[in-house]
Amino acid sequence: MNHVRARRWLFVGSLLVSLFLMVLPLPEALVWFKPFWPALVLTFWALETPQRVSLGLAFGIGLGADLLNGLLLGDQALRLTIIVFLVLRFRLRLRFFPLWQQALAVLALLVNNRVLQLIIRLFDGQPLPPPAFWVAPVIGALLWPLVFLVLDGLDTRLRVREA
Amino acid sequence: MALTHEGNATLFSASMAGTLRLIAYLVVASVLMVVDNHAHWLTRARYGAAVVLEPVYKLAGLPADAINAAHVAFSSRKKLVDENRELQRNLLLANARLNHMASVAEQNHRLKRLLETQRKLEMKVQLARLIDVDLGPYRHRIMLNVGAREGIKPGQVVIDAHGVMGQVVEVLPNTCEAMLVTDPDSSVPVVIARTGVRTLVHGSRDGDRLLLPNIPVSADVRVGDQLLTSGLGGRYPPGFPVGKIVSVQPDPSGMFLEAVAQPAAHLQRSSNVLLLRDLAPPVGPPAPAASVGPPAAWAPLKPGASHAEAGR
Repeated sequence: MNHVRARRWLFVGSLLVSLFLMVLPLPEALVWFKPFWPALVLTFWALETPQRVSLGLAFGIGLGADLLNGLLLGDQALRLTIIVFLVLRFRLRLRFFPLWQQALAVLALLVNNRVLQLIIRLFDGQPLPPPAFWVAPVIGALLWPLVFLVLDGLDTRLRVREA
Repeated sequence: MALTHEGNATLFSASMAGTLRLIAYLVVASVLMVVDNHAHWLTRARYGAAVVLEPVYKLAGLPADAINAAHVAFSSRKKLVDENRELQRNLLLANARLNHMASVAEQNHRLKRLLETQRKLEMKVQLARLIDVDLGPYRHRIMLNVGAREGIKPGQVVIDAHGVMGQVVEVLPNTCEAMLVTDPDSSVPVVIARTGVRTLVHGSRDGDRLLLPNIPVSADVRVGDQLLTSGLGGRYPPGFPVGKIVSVQPDPSGMFLEAVAQPAAHLQRSSNVLLLRDLAPPVGPPAPAASVGPPAAWAPLKPGASHAEAGR
């Protein structure tokens, strides 16, 4: 019973940590390389335990992200909802990809996310971002195996103890 | 979750329900964005959620503080002694300058009294510390550790030891957000110190430069000219350094000169800043004479009108 609770804490905790990582400052030079952490963590949980991840959850996390550092209320909520929808829709296929292919899929998701962000920004009247804008999705895809292995390792350990 | 029913969820039998729900959320998000764009709900929601948000910001600022503390703790004694000596020398120099300035100020005061302008520039300042929080790389914003509880109001000017940094745009109970002069939305009325030409400085769309997009071709502007706040519009008090011109060239139409300036304030390196309180009463040109001639509605905008906008 305790482990069920521990797994729930891992789920909630990882989502909160992802939001926190989003506002954690990086040195000036790395500022453009920060991946979209909530997207990576939500993608993991959508693949692993889809019964816990709904579009509503993604929307809620997105609203939280908007409150933390948002330009527009609803911007990140929209983008996270779309990411989670795509992951849930293609879940059966993505789950059995080797890790590097998953990373490529994550890259596609994150690039798509950036395109949406660009469109929203342009509607909002923001200037065009510099080319470095497109680096973060690549970093996110490169970090995907790490995120996957760490979260999967923790989750599996808790599950094995539970059994 | 109809969307993820393991049993029958082959790729293309995906349930309509999931898609419909997606569409519903997208519509809600779009409506939120449109409404927020007009009504600025986000600002209000952020104020309401400050109880949760501020601890997160404080926590996120901790690593930077820790690095600073570690830097102090581990830097060698010799380095500190050197730094101390350097600072003392600077202090001496500054004091000498200050003494000189005192006499100039005294003279200025006398002359002003002579001119019967009773306005005194007594500024109250408040020290604030930067909270190091990443608000996104393309946002020229900083977060400070003072807020509504300390009496901060939107519009207060933020300066550091070297010049104007920006102005407060959003206030939470214990923190506030300031827009830097490099923000594309920012504009500061300035005067070129050498010649007295008045113009506006805008933030640039990319990078940490300032733009002066429309200087008359006939104006005398050179690389290296200092820009000071002119005090027009009443938002920024006059006489603070804003930047230094690094390049001047004609704009594409050839009608104006375009200059690029480097901000005087150390926007990336400052960690302690000053907030000016009690804005000096708006100083500007004298009130216009009683209207003679065509109706006032036909007249071009007064210069003050555009800076009031800049305050947002």
